[in-house]
Amino acid sequence: MLTRVRMHHRLAAAVFAAACVALMPAAATAAPTPSPGSATVNRAGTSFLTATAVNVGQPIQVAATTGDYLYWSFSATAGQTTEIALTVALPPAAKRTGASTWTVDVFDGLRRRQACTAGVQTPVAAATATEVSLGCTLRRVRSWAEPWSGDPLPGTYYVRLSVTELPETDLGLPVQVDMLLGAHGDAVADDGELKAPLVPRVKPGEVITAAGSVQPSASPGPDPDEATGALDWLPDLSARWIWTTVGGVLAAVAGVFGFSLTWRRRRS
Amino acid sequence: MINNRWLRAILIGPSVALSVIVPTAAQAADNEPVETAPPPRVELVLDVSGSMRAADIDGRTRISVAQQAFNEVVDALPDGTELGIRVLGATYKGKDKAEGCKDTQQIVPVAPVDRAAAKNAIAKLRPTGFTPVGLALRGAAEDLGTGETARRIILITDGEDTCAPPDPCDVARELAAKGTHLVVDTLGLAPDDKVRRQLVCIAAATGGTYASAETPTQLTDRIKQLVDRAKDDTVVKPPAIVAGGKECAGAPLLSPGVYTDREKISEHRWYRVPVRVDQELRASVSIALDRPVNRDYGVLLRATAADGRELVRGTDAGSGRTDVLSTGLRWSALEPDVESDQSAEGSTTPTEVCLVISNSFASSTAADAPGMPFELTIDVVATSPAPDAPGLGSGWLLLLVLTVAGLITGVLAGWGTRWWIATWRTN
Repeated sequence: MLTRVRMHHRLAAAVFAAACVALMPAAATAAPTPSPGSATVNRAGTSFLTATAVNVGQPIQVAATTGDYLYWSFSATAGQTTEIALTVALPPAAKRTGASTWTVDVFDGLRRRQACTAGVQTPVAAATATEVSLGCTLRRVRSWAEPWSGDPLPGTYYVRLSVTELPETDLGLPVQVDMLLGAHGDAVADDGELKAPLVPRVKPGEVITAAGSVQPSASPGPDPDEATGALDWLPDLSARWIWTTVGGVLAAVAGVFGFSLTWRRRRS
Repeated sequence: MINNRWLRAILIGPSVALSVIVPTAAQAADNEPVETAPPPRVELVLDVSGSMRAADIDGRTRISVAQQAFNEVVDALPDGTELGIRVLGATYKGKDKAEGCKDTQQIVPVAPVDRAAAKNAIAKLRPTGFTPVGLALRGAAEDLGTGETARRIILITDGEDTCAPPDPCDVARELAAKGTHLVVDTLGLAPDDKVRRQLVCIAAATGGTYASAETPTQLTDRIKQLVDRAKDDTVVKPPAIVAGGKECAGAPLLSPGVYTDREKISEHRWYRVPVRVDQELRASVSIALDRPVNRDYGVLLRATAADGRELVRGTDAGSGRTDVLSTGLRWSALEPDVESDQSAEGSTTPTEVCLVISNSFASSTAADAPGMPFELTIDVVATSPAPDAPGLGSGWLLLLVLTVAGLITGVLAGWGTRWWIATWRTN
């Protein structure tokens, strides 16, 4: 009896594991790989405004110096989980005097710091090391979040590479930086939609001098039709409608099938 | 009754699905025609003081290495680059420090580069006098003029400033505080500790970079890279300069866009943004660390109502070496009441949201020094309402549960019917 229960558990675990692998094939992939045919980027920006836009799978190779702050930006969509892999080839050990701490920071379009769920975000390179690897796996991008929350949302993301601690005498030495972004997405299981992605403005602004010059027509006000109506309590058209309808159909078919089973047996 | 909302959902549905597949551009197009970027304006400032005679870069003199690098850079310049060259310590041979410290000239004016003339001017340089770095920086800033384009000074020197005051680092901070979008990148030729410290300070004060060059190739590559960066920088227009208020009332009213301002340590700067009830406010701020600061620091961005009630805050803190400290926030009014919405007045009159930026830096620099520069990005977009409570389900598990439930119901119904028929027949 006991062995039978155990067998059942094992079977259930195996089925569950198989289902997990089948449902999340991308989660099993390791470090990001460059996508074939994409051009190498040899630039990096020096501020949020001048960040170099890069794509997932595009190899990035930049010559820089220790102490530089290097910025790249990429765009992420809902459901996407981005992985960042960075390698810094350090200056010759003979020129350096001590250990250095390297940091990869990720910010969203509002320049809010984003957490890494995995990866070595702030490695310390020993004085004798020849290179140092950094990594960061971001949280899955939500399709909607309350304005008060810090959840990752669709839009622009910024990557900043910098050396945060090092002996002052080691500043200004040449380094070679390699970066690669990888991403895997899954179906958006969240409800809600962000009307405008977190893509920051880059144009200089203008101070409004008179209160009357605010353009009321910048975006239309809420449609009066929208708030009223007999069907207002129904959720918006979405994939959930399809899922639920298909579920209902399947249930009906299964019900008829189940019903027929009981009758067939009697006839035989 | 099928109302507009349903029609819209049907129309919007596919476009939403498409937008998930097609990656959006990383920067906002802002719905304006693309303007051709102005040419980058760069001035190379070369130290030609006596110490450049030292033959310690692969056995060659520093000046010959610099001359070779300049020639290569001039050859490789992208067309349209406006490049000027200024030298310091190039002419005065005497010992009088007062005279020697005025010795800085522009040998190539800032204009679309004339390669032959520039090379000629470079070839004539002979290491001579003092090192008036501060004065040369002021001169270079004047050479580049004012305007809306970003400008870059590339300072190449091998020795520390021998003419302070003015201290070149103070000069750099003063130039940056003028709000003329000037960046100073520094290059040290075989620098010692003092030179490095000074050049790092100059670069940090203006948001530039520092590098040391110990081989001729390093010097050439770095200058080329900096000229390239100057070109990249002109793609983005520099932010608008604004002066924040001391309190919310009377603070500048901002439209969406990027602004720059300065704030002293522990100072508060206020701004106002008009936001309608169907709109969402987005704001982000980046404070640049343009001076040595104590180890730990923080920035706080708060949005408050006109009566001082806090709506939302964004904050970040850090420690150690960094260039900027950033944070941001989103805020939108709660969904408007259906009743009050009918009047239509409420949705078109914007309410003013106050933004206040404060910091918790500590520094040993003089209290009367200009404030720390920061960049403020404002955006006002359509609000994203909270999704409907899901009355519907989704996912494979749902299908499985429904199917199994249907099957069980069918089987039970079948048995029930059989039992009922059996009972009925016997009766």
